[in-house]
Amino acid sequence: MSEVKDTQGQLWEVFIQTKKGLPFKHFGSVHAYDKEMAIQNARDLYTRRAEGRGMWVVPADAIVAVDSADDASFFHPSDDKVYRHPTFYELPDGLKNM
Amino acid sequence: MDNLNLSKFCIRLGDHCLIMAHRQSELCSNGPFLEEDIAQINLGLDLLGQAEALLIYGAKLEGGSRTADDIAFRRPEREFYNFMLTEQPNTDFAFVIVRQYIMSLYLLKTYQVLAKVEDETLSGIALKALKELTYHERHFSMWLKRLGDGTEESHERAQTAINELWMFVGELYEEDEIDLMAQKAFYAPTGIEMKAFLMEHITARFTESTLTTPKDIYMTTGSKKGIHTEYLGYLLTEMQYLQRAYPDAKW
Repeated sequence: MSEVKDTQGQLWEVFIQTKKGLPFKHFGSVHAYDKEMAIQNARDLYTRRAEGRGMWVVPADAIVAVDSADDASFFHPSDDKVYRHPTFYELPDGLKNM
Repeated sequence: MDNLNLSKFCIRLGDHCLIMAHRQSELCSNGPFLEEDIAQINLGLDLLGQAEALLIYGAKLEGGSRTADDIAFRRPEREFYNFMLTEQPNTDFAFVIVRQYIMSLYLLKTYQVLAKVEDETLSGIALKALKELTYHERHFSMWLKRLGDGTEESHERAQTAINELWMFVGELYEEDEIDLMAQKAFYAPTGIEMKAFLMEHITARFTESTLTTPKDIYMTTGSKKGIHTEYLGYLLTEMQYLQRAYPDAKW
């Protein structure tokens, strides 16, 4: 089964900004053969219901991810070091999206 | 323009959108890949929305008892006024792209003019549709370029579609008495303006896509009088099936 060839083009990851000023979030992925097709496909799949103000598409193979086997060395050393987060500040009520 | 003629004008424009929307709906589950399948249906839905708005307004202006649904599903072939280009079948993907690209340009120009009229319903419909059509033109023209300037086979198929469909383009800038009335009221571009707009864009895009614009060929005519190619009858049989089999059926 692993021999089945994917003929739908390259995989692209879609990131959408739901409001101006907010960070872009990963929404999903699309297949496409070029940049223009990728952004159009992403538009047709993800932004037809006014979900976004901004959108990026990135070739999936351009994203470097941590191998799950490396979890321990990448993430766990900080488990007992809560002081590395600025969690001891009181946030003003008016502040959102923190 | 009096209400009855404006109604005819709206129904004509609505018919172009309605018939294209049905053609696009036929592509559902038949697209070349999932994302494009969804894109084609979305573009069809845009057109269906425009058709609905135009037919509802057309029915209202008419002032009779006909509803937009009656107009869409209870009319025989000879009372449809969509361009013959819009009813041409989805012979292959290139036919879809060429047909929709040319019609996207036609609708763009039409809505650009309508967006400026005093009638707030029509200018509202046009303003909303313009945003959609701007994207349609972008989507279809990119595909045209990919097909034309792609492989030998895609180029050949795109050129074949252009050659087969070109005879239906003449209708897009024809004028009859309703068009002249609409032009006089500044509801529509003149035939000369429409032809110039279409040819300028089409020729530039075809050239860029290494495709040839046909020259001096016979242009067919008749849809403004309800005359159509054989394909519309089959399309209506399917589109109107429910109302024909179960008149007055409701959700």
